[in-house]
Amino acid sequence: MKARYFDAMVIGMGLLLASSAVARADKDVYPSTYKPIPSSDTILQNATVFDGIGGKFTKTDVYFANGKIKKIGKDLPVADGTKVIDATGKWVTPGIIDIHSHLGVYPSPSVGAHSDGNEVTSPITSEISAEHGVWPQDPGFNRARAGGVTSMLILPGSANLFGGRGVVLKNVPSRTVQGMKFPDAPYALKMACGENPKRVYGQKGGPGSRMGNFSGYRKNWIKATEYRAKWEKYEADLAAAKKDDKKLPSPPARNLQLETLVGVLDDEIKINMHCYRADEMAQVIDMSKEFGYKITTFHHAIEAYKIADILAENGICAAMWADWGGFKMEAYDSVRENIPMIERAGGCAIVHSDSAAGIQRLYQEAAKALADGRKAGINISDADAWAWLTSNPAKAMGIADKTGSLETGKNADIVLWNANPFTIRARPEQVFIDGALLYDINDPSLRAVSDFELGQPGEGDVK
Amino acid sequence: MSKLYFALLATLLFSSPAAIAQDFAIVGGKTITNQDNNIIEDGVVIIQDGKITSVGSRGKTDIPAGISVIDAKGKWVTPGIFTPFSRVGLVEVSLEKSTNDTRAKDSPFSAALQAFDGFNPKSENIAITRIEGVTRMAVLPAASSTIFAGSGALADTSGSFSSISRTPAFMYVQMGEAGASIAGGSRSAAWTWLRQALGEAKTWRRGREPAEPLLTAADALAIQDAMADDLPFLIAVERASDLMTLIALKSEFRDLNVVAVGASEGWMVASELAKADIPVILDPHRNLPQGFQSLGATMYNAVRLQKAGVRIAIATLSDEAFNSRLVLQHAGNTLATGMDWNHAFAAITSEPARIFGKEKTWGKLKPGMIGDVVIWDGDPLELMSSPDMVFIAGEKQDMTSRQTRLRDRYLSIGDDNPLPYGYR
Repeated sequence: MKARYFDAMVIGMGLLLASSAVARADKDVYPSTYKPIPSSDTILQNATVFDGIGGKFTKTDVYFANGKIKKIGKDLPVADGTKVIDATGKWVTPGIIDIHSHLGVYPSPSVGAHSDGNEVTSPITSEISAEHGVWPQDPGFNRARAGGVTSMLILPGSANLFGGRGVVLKNVPSRTVQGMKFPDAPYALKMACGENPKRVYGQKGGPGSRMGNFSGYRKNWIKATEYRAKWEKYEADLAAAKKDDKKLPSPPARNLQLETLVGVLDDEIKINMHCYRADEMAQVIDMSKEFGYKITTFHHAIEAYKIADILAENGICAAMWADWGGFKMEAYDSVRENIPMIERAGGCAIVHSDSAAGIQRLYQEAAKALADGRKAGINISDADAWAWLTSNPAKAMGIADKTGSLETGKNADIVLWNANPFTIRARPEQVFIDGALLYDINDPSLRAVSDFELGQPGEGDVK
Repeated sequence: MSKLYFALLATLLFSSPAAIAQDFAIVGGKTITNQDNNIIEDGVVIIQDGKITSVGSRGKTDIPAGISVIDAKGKWVTPGIFTPFSRVGLVEVSLEKSTNDTRAKDSPFSAALQAFDGFNPKSENIAITRIEGVTRMAVLPAASSTIFAGSGALADTSGSFSSISRTPAFMYVQMGEAGASIAGGSRSAAWTWLRQALGEAKTWRRGREPAEPLLTAADALAIQDAMADDLPFLIAVERASDLMTLIALKSEFRDLNVVAVGASEGWMVASELAKADIPVILDPHRNLPQGFQSLGATMYNAVRLQKAGVRIAIATLSDEAFNSRLVLQHAGNTLATGMDWNHAFAAITSEPARIFGKEKTWGKLKPGMIGDVVIWDGDPLELMSSPDMVFIAGEKQDMTSRQTRLRDRYLSIGDDNPLPYGYR
């Protein structure tokens, strides 16, 4: 209860700040109204545990209460009123985090009316935000939860150089998008390299080439730098005027496009860039140095393995598929060992889906990549590979202080698996989000049904 | 001409000298025969002249003196995987039209188009598929100018120029939402088109063409030949009501060898499909209401159909050639829905062979069958298993691909090598 009020207070303060001071960057457009769903204090006993940060513990208990992880250890005492679950022979892991999802913006059914993931009217749309396109009734959210996914970054598509903001969501059923927004998670800015922007805009005024892509990025970073300087001057003038009790200056006109870019320059919005080719990633890294911003993650990153050392040196994550590729030229050089090759170089490897089907089996993608790596002589432990699914994406998304690992004080975003999740028969048996049991494979009443599927063939069926 | 002579001639015609298979025995593996005695824990498989000549347990099976022996202790030994739906060899990079021979929107022909004319055994996608244990595949075009995509072919994954049979093996027809759109805008239009086309093709005679033909002569004759040869007509439908219409079509055209492809809502009409004896090629991963035609989609489709007595084969129903190799994962994922292992594995080996009329040729480890054998480092349906060796018609296959070459080149990052990667 206390936590809930605290969250509400923080949100209220945010609103107050936004209305009293004119901000140069629009930090939280319509704030989160998410509240953890009421939960029981629970102990999962005698499980095999991957903590998501490289640890593997056998015959171990995981205890969580009030939505937070309290303790992980052997033979923990059981407090009165705690729900006890025998997890003997089962596995416990942090909930999976997908850093690249279009659930809600490209929902099922994929009919034209639902296509809200790409604002293909201009190559520069940093002013738009995926949250305004999310349809919370997408049945894909429920399928992803059954696949152990507890949080995801919903991104706009990759048609545009600057595609717009991405939003971090908790995978909870909700009437509103705000009810899913991960409290205090930073926004992402989706950018795109390569073929997509030039294919979409080549006959519509450009960019028509990779050269045009780069000039489009750079021109807008220059504008953002100028816009930020204007606001800095205004803020300085305002402070001076207040101090000297003079007439207050009027603020510069707001520019939604540039606000997002300034958010990036101020390190408040995370750059997530769709980029396949190694040579292109290397030039984008130079561009980020030119303008002084940080690239968080290259997405798809088919050729990340060719520059695994450069990515590691620059502290940039690569979000990858296990074995997709080949569908376009920039994906032609895919290799099955891309993910383990990033890990081997000391980099930050992430398994992502970009797919309503793939998001349901991210753990299987990790298993395949791990096995392919081992066969090629790259020896990585199961427990280290689990970081690809939870703590690495959490770090990249700026929520690692809250979720992505099983550590005391973190959100109880937890999956109980009926077997080793890297084996083919394994499935999430129970999925907890902030401690609340929101999916149970054995309890049909815990199979959330979206409004869309209600009364339709297959409603409430096992999926 | 004697059968033996014909077989010899075929060997001479279709095999390059390098492809002449050695005789060998695979000994000691957990051997999956796909026969009634399905699993032999300590098995022996003998392959001579490219064919399986003997299968049994060690100690009870004679191993010819002097034959080369492959030790498979701790390994699994199975028939090669048969993917019943793929675009492998027809497309290199799907978004690059110049490399994509799957569809032909502007062609005057449709049913007459033959997949084998476009098939490239040197495609990168062949090797990446082969090294995952897939030895046989159905290769099919995609529909675009009419609901008839054309004829598909059966190919092996050896990469040799003789790897595809240059005769139509089946017809592929697109119905459902996509078919409705191609046929003019509605399901009624698509079914009418299909019935008219089948009727017209059946009675087509040169010199006595209908006054206002629906089909070109080439298309009509292609359909006619396929019907006369009892080739499977693979018909893509998803919605339960479309499957019921398909069942009605089969009772109207009694000679038609109908196979349903997709069938996301198949489980809703499972007993009807069983009664109509319509096999289904499906993708178990389809569990989303991707369109209004698949609102009932569930991963349990496969097991429900199988338990209702419907013959099923499992595929990755993807237009992307690089996805065909994932068929093992797709089959494996039915295990968690209650499918037993034997049925899941048969759905990617012997059942596709049966659907395509090749049940005596491929799909089992059985004397007389072609020597397509894979030795795995574990259970082939497990995510972390992979093949150690692949044999096609008794010939040991290369286990490298362009992908493994790229991997090996860049595994050298950090080596003290001053030469650019282009020399490594």
